[in-house]
Amino acid sequence: MTGGPVESVPGQKPEPPRGAALFAYRAVRAVRTTGPYLTVLGIGAWLVLWWLFSEVWLLPRFEKMPGPVAVLTDLFARDPFQGISIFTAEYYEHIWVSCRRILFAFCIATGVGVPLGLFMGWSVKFRHYTFPILETLRPIPILAWVPLSILMFPGFEAPVIFLATLASLFVTTLNTMLGVQSIDESYFRAAGCLGSSKWQVFRHVVVPGALPFIFTGLQISIGVAWFSLVAAEMVSGDWGLGYLIVDAYMNNVTVPMVIGMVTLGFVGWGTSALVRLAGNRMMQWRTRALALEGR
Amino acid sequence: MSTDARTGAISIRNVTKIYDPEGVNVLAVDDCSLEIGAGEVCMIVGPSGCGKTTLLNAIAGFHSLTFGEIRLDGEVLCDERQPLASQGADRVVVFQNGALFPWKTLGDNVAYGPMVQGTLSKAEAREKARDMLAEAGLADVADKYPGEVSSGMARRAEIVRALINDPKVLLLDEPYRAMDALTKSIMHEALLEMYDRTKVTIFFITHDLEEAIFLGDRAVVMTTRPCRVKTIVDVDIPRPRDYHLLSSEEFRVLVEEAKDAVHEEALKAFEAGERELA
Repeated sequence: MTGGPVESVPGQKPEPPRGAALFAYRAVRAVRTTGPYLTVLGIGAWLVLWWLFSEVWLLPRFEKMPGPVAVLTDLFARDPFQGISIFTAEYYEHIWVSCRRILFAFCIATGVGVPLGLFMGWSVKFRHYTFPILETLRPIPILAWVPLSILMFPGFEAPVIFLATLASLFVTTLNTMLGVQSIDESYFRAAGCLGSSKWQVFRHVVVPGALPFIFTGLQISIGVAWFSLVAAEMVSGDWGLGYLIVDAYMNNVTVPMVIGMVTLGFVGWGTSALVRLAGNRMMQWRTRALALEGR
Repeated sequence: MSTDARTGAISIRNVTKIYDPEGVNVLAVDDCSLEIGAGEVCMIVGPSGCGKTTLLNAIAGFHSLTFGEIRLDGEVLCDERQPLASQGADRVVVFQNGALFPWKTLGDNVAYGPMVQGTLSKAEAREKARDMLAEAGLADVADKYPGEVSSGMARRAEIVRALINDPKVLLLDEPYRAMDALTKSIMHEALLEMYDRTKVTIFFITHDLEEAIFLGDRAVVMTTRPCRVKTIVDVDIPRPRDYHLLSSEEFRVLVEEAKDAVHEEALKAFEAGERELA
């Protein structure tokens, strides 16, 4: 299979590529646009600037920041100077602990927030009961919950997961509710005059109609989960990327601090990409329509 | 299709609808009466925002009426005691902007009615949907989502989605409003072909006079708000009809007749300058 576009023969509809052929076609098309090169260029320019500021010119405010050479040397060293590299088991332990917490928090928040938001959007009565509470709790910064969570939950694990769950729960619920409210009235009417029961309307109109908003919300909520998790790990924790960052700072080793930050960035990006992927899989109808519009 | 040509008579008696969106009563429909025979194609013509859709909403059970009653085959749909008709698949609506579920394929959209009503199993409904789409010349697109096909195809599929339920009445609310003239004429022929097959009662709202005369048995011209029947133009042109009719003399005469009535109302509506009601 080649990655080129399918030749169209007059009078005959070409079969669109699928599976590996489709992937190859997309890969070849992506390489032919300027996009990937600009990305590489952008990252390169950013690294060079960082390097110049902190390692070559030693600009004021930057002299204490470890530069990219120092960080990358340590990150890929078998025997890192400041304790953390891709060859040390602790590095993976920190990542794994944080990821596990995110997984719990995100699953709980989604499992509670999506149904809650669906009902809040669907039933005016239920919204009247719950919306004021949501709106009062939502603006409270997650750090303000830290003391309470330590009082309420024992150990290191539960308070941290609680805080991350709480933060992403609000985002998920609100977006889901707005998603239901965004559904065009004519779909409800169409479902009604085709003979749907209330639950069939819920299943066939409310849930799929709110999905685009739900997934937008989930992408934001997993980001919010990450930053509240790190904040929580900084206050209370024994492992995790947030703990790694604050622990390095306490011990006056700056390289692991930056390693923790960069790792956090990449892992966070990866998790939102997974959410996006899941969304595109579940919303083929939308993905295909957008593709026809060239997006 | 098993639709009996003797069912689907709508009788609209002294219907009045008052909206009060801001504490001020707005009279949308005023003492409107209209008898629509079983199997008739009744075209409702009037200026934008005159309250035509209000009538359709009352028949479909989307909005309540204030006074009067509407009957379907003699049975009361809504009256003063029960102002909101229950929604049901005997009166299916085709919407102005199209309301195929974008998250279902055209095949699943068409299969939706029988599936949720439980008249057919999921597999049977899918098969029947496929057959009916094929009958309408849409066999190739059954597995596509509405966002992947042209608006003309989507609209045809939406009519198939209505017809699969064997409705007594098909309620169409300016379904071809946003289409160019060429697509429109193709849609018209497809609708006529479908009507000749099923003889379902059609309640069709439009403000396109040529469309009204070309498709209808009668064109009912409504007054501007409050909505009342102004005049009825009988279209005694035999079916089946095709687009050659559009250039015939009898067609022109009927369009002119309707145009005089509509123009007067459109002028009044324009001068009143009121915002259109939903």
